[in-house]
Amino acid sequence: MDFGFSLSQSSTVNLDKTDLSLFHRVHEIEPDVAICMACGSCSATCTSSEFTGMSLRSVILDIQRGRQEEARKMLSGCMLCGKCSMVCPRGINTRRLILTLGRVFDGEDRNTRRDIRKEVRK
Amino acid sequence: MKERFIFDPFVLPFLVGMAFVLLYCLGGLLQIVFQLPRADRLRFLKSLVTPKTAWKNIKDIFLNCLIHVKLWKRNRLLGYMHSSIAFGWFMLILLGHIEVMLFVPGRASLLYYPIFFNYFVAETETTLKGAALLFLMDFFLLIILIGIGLAMVKRVRSRMFGMRRTTRPAFLDRVGLYSLWAIFPLRLLAESTTAHISGGSFLTGPMNWLYLKIFGTGIAVQPVWWAYSIALCIFMLVLPFTRYMHIPAEMLLIPLRNAGIKIRHPRKGFALAEVYSCPGCGVCIDACPMSARKENLKDSTVYLNRQIRRGNERRIAEISDKCLLCGKCSAVCQVGVQGPELRIAQRSLRHYYIKPDFTAFDTESWKERLEGQGGKVLYFAGCMTHLTPSIKKSLTSVLAKAGVEFKIMDPDGGICCGRPLQMAGRKAEAKALIAKNREIILASGCDTLLLSCPICYRIFKEKYHLEGIRVVHHSVFLDELVRDGRLHISKGEESLVYHDPCELGRGCGIYEEPRHLLSAAGKLVEAAKNRSESICCGGSVGSLSLGFEKRKDITKASLQNLTAASPDRIVTACPLCQSTYSRYSPTPVEDLATTIDRQTTTE
Repeated sequence: MDFGFSLSQSSTVNLDKTDLSLFHRVHEIEPDVAICMACGSCSATCTSSEFTGMSLRSVILDIQRGRQEEARKMLSGCMLCGKCSMVCPRGINTRRLILTLGRVFDGEDRNTRRDIRKEVRK
Repeated sequence: MKERFIFDPFVLPFLVGMAFVLLYCLGGLLQIVFQLPRADRLRFLKSLVTPKTAWKNIKDIFLNCLIHVKLWKRNRLLGYMHSSIAFGWFMLILLGHIEVMLFVPGRASLLYYPIFFNYFVAETETTLKGAALLFLMDFFLLIILIGIGLAMVKRVRSRMFGMRRTTRPAFLDRVGLYSLWAIFPLRLLAESTTAHISGGSFLTGPMNWLYLKIFGTGIAVQPVWWAYSIALCIFMLVLPFTRYMHIPAEMLLIPLRNAGIKIRHPRKGFALAEVYSCPGCGVCIDACPMSARKENLKDSTVYLNRQIRRGNERRIAEISDKCLLCGKCSAVCQVGVQGPELRIAQRSLRHYYIKPDFTAFDTESWKERLEGQGGKVLYFAGCMTHLTPSIKKSLTSVLAKAGVEFKIMDPDGGICCGRPLQMAGRKAEAKALIAKNREIILASGCDTLLLSCPICYRIFKEKYHLEGIRVVHHSVFLDELVRDGRLHISKGEESLVYHDPCELGRGCGIYEEPRHLLSAAGKLVEAAKNRSESICCGGSVGSLSLGFEKRKDITKASLQNLTAASPDRIVTACPLCQSTYSRYSPTPVEDLATTIDRQTTTE
């Protein structure tokens, strides 16, 4: 029966069972990720949210809860405009955080000296 | 005139050095020219034979490489020091060749002859020709020696030369520097030892008299000439690996630039010519807004060039990511190295981990909405203006007062212009955004695209290629409305200081229009450093790594510069500058549009 609304899927996160290694890795490089208070200023101002549903707040919450796939998918909407870093009340360098997240998601360093040399020779 | 010898072994070191440096430079020249893309190479070669650019090349090389006009404008002592060594040395070489041509034309093919002329040929100062040449030689040598003296003073007291900070020379730079310092005193000594035979003038004459008084005529003169030749040899052997490489490199950079060549590859062709043309003077260190509070001193363009030459990838990445891309280093650079462009190119070398996907952006509904509206002026507010809604409000209010029919492209936020991605070195991703925006603009049927954000303005102007559509920043547009008599501004009592936003001033060369508007709206005062030397607000989206706290220092230093004349209000023409300044400024900050809106009367 269609009531005109539906219930959301349950998304219980069991922090004892989730793998938070990715979050810890990000936290090592960008300690600021821990001071986010999830106020949502970044998401509210995000230029891209209207088109892609991008929300940095969700990305941070997702990785704190081990939901890496969701976070990775959402990140692809970023236009790098930098508005989020201007409104963050905690002064988080959000643009650098986004770039770091991308790097950590990728899993391997693709910008080693050898990679750059290869790129230069192209 | 009497020729004494044709050859002496002491010329060998000089010949070795000379041959090495000539071969190296020739190799470098061919490398750079062949690294240019084909179209650029043809363009360059064509410009060399076009009389207009050829003449400009000669003029620019003379004025910049020899006379150092730009340094003279910066500081007279600094200018004298550089032009004395460059021009003086050039004259010594030229006069040496003239002497050979005049007295022993048969020896013109011997490379070492003009350099050690006084050893090989006994000239006499009793003829007019001889006396004049000997005098000129001594005269230019004196000029150089004063220059060398100043250079020594500059190493300890750079402030006298208008420089607070200079670069720390690397080891080989020091070897080059000391050998350069040694060359001219040794030349003076060498020529003094033989002045009683070969002739001398006001410098070498008395020196020779002293020399004979002390040592007599019995002592061999070769050691001094050997020392002179060895100093030349060392200088030329290390030259390609030191900052002195700028001497030959700049002579290539100037014609390349005059031909309109741009950076196409981060490490090849034009970029390489720029890197090697950097004289390492360090003028960019003082200019860099990041160096406020003695921080980030090693992140200015001079160090980027040095690290690129060394191939230190870690530091190259660090330096190029940190930069605000304000472009002030290029504005003050004596050889015109483009710091921001060079850094953007380095950023583009690196892998971009985020794989953006903008295909889902729906532009159809946008196009439909805009097609339905009248007005030939399309206003694109842009991300940053949405962050400072007062600008949008004021600008639309002013436009209404002037009776301009316009439509807004992004009333509730739109697609980013692509400049931040372009600044991050992500050319392809920026292109995807440009294509989306372009579609919308072309479908709107406008003939003027109005922008209130200089960041957007720059990329719309440079990369969008909107044929038939005029791209204009609101400062210029409002100024035109006033000049056409469509807007009437009443002069206020307040004193206003105008901050030149980096992207609008240095980026697009717009300095006059905002000032013209402001001088009509109030009492215009100037900042301590303005126009092309204005200091970045610190909020730039150019930097990929600079954090909030570091930016704070930059903003405060910049505010200090702006409020030197204690203005009642700070006016800028960039939403980003406005929002950055308002955070820390006790003086009210507003956009040009807001000021004009307040001071306009409806007719």
